[in-house]
Amino acid sequence: MPTDTVQAALQGETLQGQTLQTAVTPERVEKISAAAYRIRHHALNMGEVQGQGYVGQALGAADMLATVYGDQLNFRAEDPHWEARDRFLLSTGHYAIGHYAALAEAGIVPVEELETYGSDDSRLPMSGMSTYTPGMEISGGSLGHGLTIAVGMALGLRYQGSSARVFNFLSDGELDEGSTWEAAMGAHHHQLGNLTAMVDINALQADGKTDTVLRTEPVTEKWESFGWYTQRVDGNDVGALLAAFDNAAAQAAAVGRPSVILCDTKVGRGVPLLENREKAHFMRIEENEWQICREQLTAGYEGKASA
Amino acid sequence: MSTTTEAPNTTAAAKPKLKTSAMIASFADPGQKTASAPFGHALVKAAQENDRIVGLTADLGKYTDMHIFAKAFPERFFQMGMAEQLLFGAAAGLAETGLVPFASTYSVFAARRAYDFLCLDAAEPNLNVNIVGGLPGLTTGYGPSHQATEDMAIFRGMPNLTIVDPCDSIDIEQAVPQLAASEGPTYLRLLRGNVPTVLDEYGYTFELGKAKVLRGGNDVVFISSGLMTMRALQAAKALAAHNVDVAVVHAPTIKPFDAGTVLKEINTDRLAVTLENHSVVGGLFETVASAVVSAGVGKRVVPVGLPDQFLDAGALPTLHDRYGLATDRIVAKVLAELG
Repeated sequence: MPTDTVQAALQGETLQGQTLQTAVTPERVEKISAAAYRIRHHALNMGEVQGQGYVGQALGAADMLATVYGDQLNFRAEDPHWEARDRFLLSTGHYAIGHYAALAEAGIVPVEELETYGSDDSRLPMSGMSTYTPGMEISGGSLGHGLTIAVGMALGLRYQGSSARVFNFLSDGELDEGSTWEAAMGAHHHQLGNLTAMVDINALQADGKTDTVLRTEPVTEKWESFGWYTQRVDGNDVGALLAAFDNAAAQAAAVGRPSVILCDTKVGRGVPLLENREKAHFMRIEENEWQICREQLTAGYEGKASA
Repeated sequence: MSTTTEAPNTTAAAKPKLKTSAMIASFADPGQKTASAPFGHALVKAAQENDRIVGLTADLGKYTDMHIFAKAFPERFFQMGMAEQLLFGAAAGLAETGLVPFASTYSVFAARRAYDFLCLDAAEPNLNVNIVGGLPGLTTGYGPSHQATEDMAIFRGMPNLTIVDPCDSIDIEQAVPQLAASEGPTYLRLLRGNVPTVLDEYGYTFELGKAKVLRGGNDVVFISSGLMTMRALQAAKALAAHNVDVAVVHAPTIKPFDAGTVLKEINTDRLAVTLENHSVVGGLFETVASAVVSAGVGKRVVPVGLPDQFLDAGALPTLHDRYGLATDRIVAKVLAELG
């Protein structure tokens, strides 16, 4: 089975048996860029209701989230627990604001519900939890858990003959956690070719810049030495993301190398006011600034789209 | 102070035989009936009937009897390496896909090293993850690195978690399928290797969540769990020779606790004693004490358990005697209490 699966992948079929999209066409880029724009817009609206929040991270990761939900994941919006679905695990619970926007974009959570983010009795708590939200596979928040759970899911799905893939979204801050590396070793040892990690490298942690908190570089070499199929891309370049995910899909297999896509992103991406503000884990945005943010986002997106 | 003028005795024959500590010493008495690797065999049997059961370990398969399962079902066994956070995170992931994992390591590593993973990845989503912890309490003379004297204290605060402290091979054999069948996470304080068979003489069956009266008695009531039920039964027999009539209530499920059965037995004129292979902080004694206080029962309860200390290394019989878990020490304590 392993060899067949690898062969199938090489011949242009994904682990899920879909035809592999090998060309990064302008249409694909435009579709995902539009989705990323809407995810950013949703995140700003959610942030405004709260008056604060992890908006900077959501803006930075929007292109990654748009790519994986809009182009890669196999799921049924009307049946979030569909057995054959690909699993997307958000271990950075505080990125939930961006993830909810992506779930809305995917049709799993109604767009109207997004305004309840972080409010009492909402299905959309500030930190993502599987027990609250359809489409949220795990309860993140305690960092460094996601990849360990992903290893178990990938093992369990493979053991049960499923061709579903497992995607774990983690942040560069989570590379501080030893458990991430336990899982990285475990995934390689068990040859989990059905597992893809996507790391948001925004170079920012709670106490400051990553290289001043705990130096994680050289990140690429670390993952390579752990035996992973490693790619590093500009995580705010939709074309580059699509190409990287295509490469990961092409080498995905029930038994094979796990894959990691290291994505360098910019906190606050798409909103110059925030891109240029002093970077903070928990970004403060004044009441009068939200509309400016939305206008800048739209101007930037439309300017790019018409260029 | 006088100084000795005697020459040191250098003859080997005159040297007292040293008691040595073994990493994994059996607490079975010489000649006692035992069963070999009851957990491993019970898991194999359960897995034959339930194809969703899988096994994992963190480089301690041979020392938690998981190797029996691994040999019987190699395709359903996952070696996770000496990485306990991965062990339990992955167990949660396996459970997320509908499987029923049993994940084994030593109790110290499960409780102290991997708590956050068990708490958030298994217990919060109430997944059927079954933690199997070897060397619970004082079952090794290896010292505090391996003596899980506070594992129940750590785990009792975890919502959704069922905690089982079995006495013998009968308990373990009967508990395993019930743990697999019960929803939510469980923690089994594993007894491994040649495990005494004790409870077959008492017409006993293990029921998850239930305490059972093993024998009646008019003067003293023992409430015990784990291997201390074996000692409680031995002490009850020994106390009969002193004309002390002792009842023994075995409470292997620490959480959820069968307060109803235990309170009914405690709320009498008899001397009440708890016996546990665990620190007196946060284990059976405090579980019983909180049930007694909550029910408004004005009753003194005497704890037999490990002191709130890091324990010595040494031979297990030496340590059980030193810390009061040995049968003779229990007998002496009860006689002193009765005056």
